[in-house]
Amino acid sequence: MAYSEKVLDHYEKPRNVGNLDKDDQSVGTGMVGAPACGDVMRLQIKVGDNGVIEDAKFKTYGCGSAIASSSLLTEWVKGKTLEEASAIKNTEIAEELALPPVKIHCSVLAESAVKSAIEDYNKKQKV
Amino acid sequence: MNLPIYFDYSATTPVDPRVAEQMIQYLTQYFGNPASRSHQFGWDSEKAVEKARENVAALINANPKEIVWTSGATESNNLAIKGAAHFYQKKGKHIITSMTEHKAVLDTCRQLEREGFDITYLNPQSNGLIDLKELEAAVRDDTILVSIMHVNNEIGVITDIAAIGEMTRSHKVLFHVDAAQSAGKVPIDLATMKVDLMSFSAHKIYGPKGIGALYVRRKPRVRLEAQIHGGGHERGMRSGTLATHQIVGMGEAFRIAKEEMTTENQRIGKLRDKLLNALQDIEEMYINGDEKQRIAGNLNISFNFIEGESLMMALKDLAVSSGSACTSASLEPSYVLKAIGRNDELAHSSLRFTLGRFTTEEEVDYAIPLIRSNIEKLRDLSPLWEMFKEGIDLNSIQWDSH
Repeated sequence: MAYSEKVLDHYEKPRNVGNLDKDDQSVGTGMVGAPACGDVMRLQIKVGDNGVIEDAKFKTYGCGSAIASSSLLTEWVKGKTLEEASAIKNTEIAEELALPPVKIHCSVLAESAVKSAIEDYNKKQKV
Repeated sequence: MNLPIYFDYSATTPVDPRVAEQMIQYLTQYFGNPASRSHQFGWDSEKAVEKARENVAALINANPKEIVWTSGATESNNLAIKGAAHFYQKKGKHIITSMTEHKAVLDTCRQLEREGFDITYLNPQSNGLIDLKELEAAVRDDTILVSIMHVNNEIGVITDIAAIGEMTRSHKVLFHVDAAQSAGKVPIDLATMKVDLMSFSAHKIYGPKGIGALYVRRKPRVRLEAQIHGGGHERGMRSGTLATHQIVGMGEAFRIAKEEMTTENQRIGKLRDKLLNALQDIEEMYINGDEKQRIAGNLNISFNFIEGESLMMALKDLAVSSGSACTSASLEPSYVLKAIGRNDELAHSSLRFTLGRFTTEEEVDYAIPLIRSNIEKLRDLSPLWEMFKEGIDLNSIQWDSH
């Protein structure tokens, strides 16, 4: 299967790989997927006082398209408000990376990673 | 050295130039139909076909009359299993095979199930091999056929078919062996091994694609119901005009294999061991299949916490294959690795390197640092590796399976 240039670019030079302190009150962590299914994404966001995402980091176990989807996502969420970030649709990711039909689930997983990270952040704020 | 490097000899092999040279003249000059009995063109082709039949028979120590040409191992497996099942169904309708067979055997058995046959699928041991006692215990009064592969295409383990043959013969059950991955790599002596039917492919041993053969034992005689009907070629077992050039290619490939197998196995085995030794100290790596009882050219390993397809993407200069689901349309990881007890994670993380006649030491030397550095790179990207390093038990986590 041939990969799109954008997938290859993100795969070869993944953006924002790493960790944020998961115990920090301003950090939300989302981990989705399962090892048995062949992909696990962990996305972390750091949210400023103004409600804007200042930083994002990821680590992904999965195929090239899963790695590229999460790498792209970290670029997209930075500078967005939580509301804007949660509005990111998997179809936009799939379109940007020109994912073939068998790889659509990678973009679905990326969308749920953002939602899960935001949920984690919101939970921390309520405490 | 040319890139990418081919490490996928179990998928297919390049045609040996000596084979291609033999084939070409049978496309242009000696183009006659081997079934044409009335002129020189037919006689020349027939002579070439029979010479090739002798060469194929010689590699496995059989009588040339026991060789039936087919389009490949898939057709041979279909003809052997369906042909025997249909012919002997009055004796019984039970067939025994294993869960790690090639799809050409498994799907053929599924079809027979739809026709009312009863199939037992044996589970292999964790080394990938079938336990002979378990196999014998599965034999019933109505068992007509046992079909077990000689060498597994994914993990390269070698089954002791001589021992199985003794057992099946003593129970008067027919024994079919899929030898697509073993011919030319493992010695086969059908004068002593009690195998009744054996499938072969040319393209796995440096011959052309689209040609194969089925060995059908004459003493004691094995009967088959034909699956393809027509001009009554191949003693009625497989009709269709013989593809002279393909057959000549298969014959030459088998002749070369007989001559060079011993020295070739030693050379390839050394290269495989070099590759294995250079990767052996990598943490959390698992060899799939028996380490000793396997063909010289096969190395199947799982690198835990890395997904196989992403590793193949990183190793784009190396042509390898993976048991990862992402490489198949079904999104299911390798059924062979699952059958030998590997969990889904390790099945997703597997790579198969298969070396062959044209693999060089330079190629292996090039591959080693490339594999090592990319494993490190992908583990740095892997949240599972990080958790493993922190001592977190991944089984203790509630994953959301999607």
